[in-house]
Amino acid sequence: MTGLIQSGLHLAAAVALVPIRPPAASTIAENVDRLHFTLTAITLFFTVVIFLCIFFFMIKYRRQSDDDQPEQIEGSLPLELTWTIIPAVICVGLFIWSSALYVRNSRPPAASTEIFVIGKQWMWHVQHPEGPREIDEMHVPVNEPIKLTMTSQDVIHDFYIPAFRVKKDVLPGRYTSLWFQATKVGTYHLFCAQYCGAEHSEMIGWVYVMTPTDYAAWLAGAAKTESMASAGERLFTQLGCGSCHATDNTGRAPSLLGIYGKPETLKDGSTRIVDEALMREAIVNPNSVLLPKYPPIMPTFKGQVDEEQVLQLIAYVKSLGTQERTASK
Amino acid sequence: MSTAVVDVHQTPPGSGVNYLNATYGIKSWLLTTDHKRIALLYLASITFMFFVGGAAAVLMRIHLIEPQGTLVQPETYNKLFSTHGIVMVFFFLIPSIPAVLGNFLVPMMIGARDLAFPRLNLLSWYLYITGALFLLYAILNGGIDTGWTFYTPYSTTFAHTHVIAAVLGIFINGFSSILTGLNFIVTIHKMRAPGMTWFRMPLFLWAIYATSVIFILGTPVVAITLFLVGLERIFHVGIFDPAVGGDPLLFQHLFWFYSHPAVYIMILPGMGVVSELIPCFSKKKIFGYSFIAFSSMAIAVLSFLVWGHHMFVTGQSIYAGLVFSVLSFLVAIPSAIKVFNWTATLHKGSISYDAPMLYALGFIGLFTMGGLTGLFLASLATDVHLNGTYFIVAHFHYIMVGGAVMAYLGGIHFWWPKITGRLYPDGWARFAALVIFVGFNLTFFPQFMLGYLGMPRRYAVYPPEFQVLNVMSSAGASILGVGYLIPLIYLVWSMRYGPIAGPNPWGAKGLEWQTPSPPPTENFEEIPVVTEEPYNYPGTAAVTRG
Amino acid sequence: MAAPSHLDRAHGPELAHQFEDPAQQREAGTLAMWTFLVTEIMFFGGLFAAYAIYRSLHPAAFEIGSHLLEVKFGATNTAVLIGSSLTMALAIHSAQTGKSKATVITFLLLTMLLGLVFIGVKLRFEWYHDYLEHIVPGFGFDYRSAWGANAPEVQMFMVFYFFMTGLHALHMVVGLGILTVLVIMTARGRFSPRYYAPLEISGLYWHFVDIIWIYLFPLLYLIGGRYSTGGH
Repeated sequence: MTGLIQSGLHLAAAVALVPIRPPAASTIAENVDRLHFTLTAITLFFTVVIFLCIFFFMIKYRRQSDDDQPEQIEGSLPLELTWTIIPAVICVGLFIWSSALYVRNSRPPAASTEIFVIGKQWMWHVQHPEGPREIDEMHVPVNEPIKLTMTSQDVIHDFYIPAFRVKKDVLPGRYTSLWFQATKVGTYHLFCAQYCGAEHSEMIGWVYVMTPTDYAAWLAGAAKTESMASAGERLFTQLGCGSCHATDNTGRAPSLLGIYGKPETLKDGSTRIVDEALMREAIVNPNSVLLPKYPPIMPTFKGQVDEEQVLQLIAYVKSLGTQERTASK
Repeated sequence: MSTAVVDVHQTPPGSGVNYLNATYGIKSWLLTTDHKRIALLYLASITFMFFVGGAAAVLMRIHLIEPQGTLVQPETYNKLFSTHGIVMVFFFLIPSIPAVLGNFLVPMMIGARDLAFPRLNLLSWYLYITGALFLLYAILNGGIDTGWTFYTPYSTTFAHTHVIAAVLGIFINGFSSILTGLNFIVTIHKMRAPGMTWFRMPLFLWAIYATSVIFILGTPVVAITLFLVGLERIFHVGIFDPAVGGDPLLFQHLFWFYSHPAVYIMILPGMGVVSELIPCFSKKKIFGYSFIAFSSMAIAVLSFLVWGHHMFVTGQSIYAGLVFSVLSFLVAIPSAIKVFNWTATLHKGSISYDAPMLYALGFIGLFTMGGLTGLFLASLATDVHLNGTYFIVAHFHYIMVGGAVMAYLGGIHFWWPKITGRLYPDGWARFAALVIFVGFNLTFFPQFMLGYLGMPRRYAVYPPEFQVLNVMSSAGASILGVGYLIPLIYLVWSMRYGPIAGPNPWGAKGLEWQTPSPPPTENFEEIPVVTEEPYNYPGTAAVTRG
Repeated sequence: MAAPSHLDRAHGPELAHQFEDPAQQREAGTLAMWTFLVTEIMFFGGLFAAYAIYRSLHPAAFEIGSHLLEVKFGATNTAVLIGSSLTMALAIHSAQTGKSKATVITFLLLTMLLGLVFIGVKLRFEWYHDYLEHIVPGFGFDYRSAWGANAPEVQMFMVFYFFMTGLHALHMVVGLGILTVLVIMTARGRFSPRYYAPLEISGLYWHFVDIIWIYLFPLLYLIGGRYSTGGH
């Protein structure tokens, strides 16, 4: 049925020289389209049925004279129940289908390649962990899951790739994330989809999906900048973090070796996983994530590091997870 | 200009004295407490604001004919869409049917002489005007460019336009809504004529009552929220600014807590009008009266539980998304029930094609489509792709323009003889209704397609592949614009030159049709006693099935 | 059977033309005030919700902020307001039971006096004092080093403190205006055991303003205990 509607729409679109959907270039695109066109079919069905009833009744029951006395019908409980229950069932069915798709789509696969995005008025900074930086462009390998961790430097923006059917707001002061797996090599639109001021409609760009070989070549050939982790290491030293965060647990602050991804119990009793969000909070607002065994002496680095540098520090700390913890004395 | 000395409370019957000519002079209008005159004051001011918002829309659609824009700089375009949204939502759609038709009809339909608090009613109009003046000041002195949604921290910290004047205008106007809602609630509870039980009320009153509940519960929240935005702009203390400890999403929760129910403020009265038009122009009692009445109340209640569907892509938790999604699906059901009941009323009726009926029938079809496209947005997986695109724009315009504005025009045409005592030229009226229907669909259907293709909303320039659909939409908008001008012309013409209308030119049921056209100031010489069901058209009574 | 004609019924001075009888008018007035109070609950409610969310996000900062306030003034004002609700209720009761105009006016004036005491304490001992101490946001607010990284959120607390108590005080001033009108109406002999609806309806408003304060006081002044940590 959906296929029928889709074919019909394709025909109409071909006649009108207009496409009906963007390229389907990610693993979820076809599924989202299937749901969308089913909803389209349902919408057109009921709309047509109602319009047809209206036209039919308008003609069949048109007024013959001003003295017409039609049959006065109060209502019908069976009809009311029918047209309440059937729509309710359809709605619940659609909800279940859509939610299942959404929940599945919300969890990135464990081994995703990470890319970092900072939105600012009016451009997208894209940061690959290996070092290359892009503005308003994002090169990604095909057939690999990519997880984006994103934030904004000023107002709320929204990172939108229609071809992948993914979208997420980027907010100042926190991280949001989305993931996708591109399935077709090509070039696709990137838009900002949350009004953000004067050049909102120019905060657009391109996503380049490449074969793994081409991507590796691009990475190697991109402007030789240091990796995020090594930039973070440089910052770590520059800002003197190591003076408290010694690696042998003798400092006034916990060692950061291998902490990424582990649960920590905070001073207020809550347990949180050490992820990007927690690490960002620790850097810009340390009093909000105090640990029970350590004095609350960490200064805030808000204003001293920008969002890009925060991400570099986080990348560095994440890289420490691959080193072994020194045995404590 | 002098005020004629007539005791408005003692109009001799048949004297030709009615609420329009009982007293003369500008003071008798600007200081009136007669709900019917206040309705006309609103009609004039709302029509003016409609054309202000409409002018912004015309400019936008002309601009969007070319991918790089034809008319204005992006900064100006941003001001145009913000003006269009703020004016149309707060100064046209929200007051339209309640303040014009509600004010005129509520006392008449329940058999009262006026609303419970006539002076409060006049104050409501002055609050509307004051709010409108603040907004017009903002528009004319450099504009407002935050969108009607005022998202933070853009509106609090980054916008360089007259945010404070604009939010002040909306804040003051909000009290106009609150007092009108209060007036309607008290009137409907306490001033029904003897014999008019709740279930003998016309469905328009149920719709107005449900709308008034939303006015009362929702408007104060957006008032305080916009006040906080104003405070933040002045004092920069971080209420919504993460740099100083605030949370921009808190603004969105507070804003949408009102603004979602607000969209039901905009559609419920239109549904009430349709519930009056269909029985009259089918000469048939409404099918499923109590189901429609209860659906109105259900919509009012459920509307407060779905606001999170505007925030599915903000990074909120999956669980919050699921809850808001299922509730958003459910809120569609009462509306569906109404559509089916209206359509069933047509079955075996005696249907005439007068202009009000054409608007009502257009409403049913277009509202069905607009409402069903809401399901795409209640559905999490598709909303991710569609949020922030032209699909949303098309969805809400189908309901607000294809629905609410058509219902408003249908109501204006239906009650015009009662309000003015004149008939308008029906040929032109039907022609205009058709032009509006065609122009509307051509304007907004392509926008559904643009949205799925990925064109974001609020874009002053766009990629060239979207041009064909944009041109179609702009062509439709020009037809729609012409369509709206036609009634303006013949309705104004009819006030002077239209044929005189009798008390009940449509042969409709309802207490308002039992008074002269136009009615005397005190509405009824004697308060009527109600013994009939509403929509008690003559005809063989069918055996009620079920 | 037709209802009595509107045209041949005499209006008492208290019956507005849109109402059929005094009972309908009184019920309409009372329902109107309750409905209006619902809108006030939603109005303050938005503020309370925002406050609650920020307090849960920044508990330490809000506790610091709360300690900047002086409980003795807040508590005094609470007692003053509760007293004023008592005198208001006594005023209504006096009218209801046909006491003299002087009695009613005395109670109304006492209510006003207590309201003025409330505002006086707020202005002179709290807000003016806060201004001198540079803890009024937007009017020379100074971060104190003892607040550390919590400083912006302490300022946020003070924003909420001033906005919520300021909005409340504004409602009290409106209430004082209403009371003034009621005093004049009483003096002109408008009220009797048969007709005292304006007093009753205004009483509802006054009690509501009192209740808002009863929520504000603990929420703002009493965070985190006091005397155990040597607070004032």
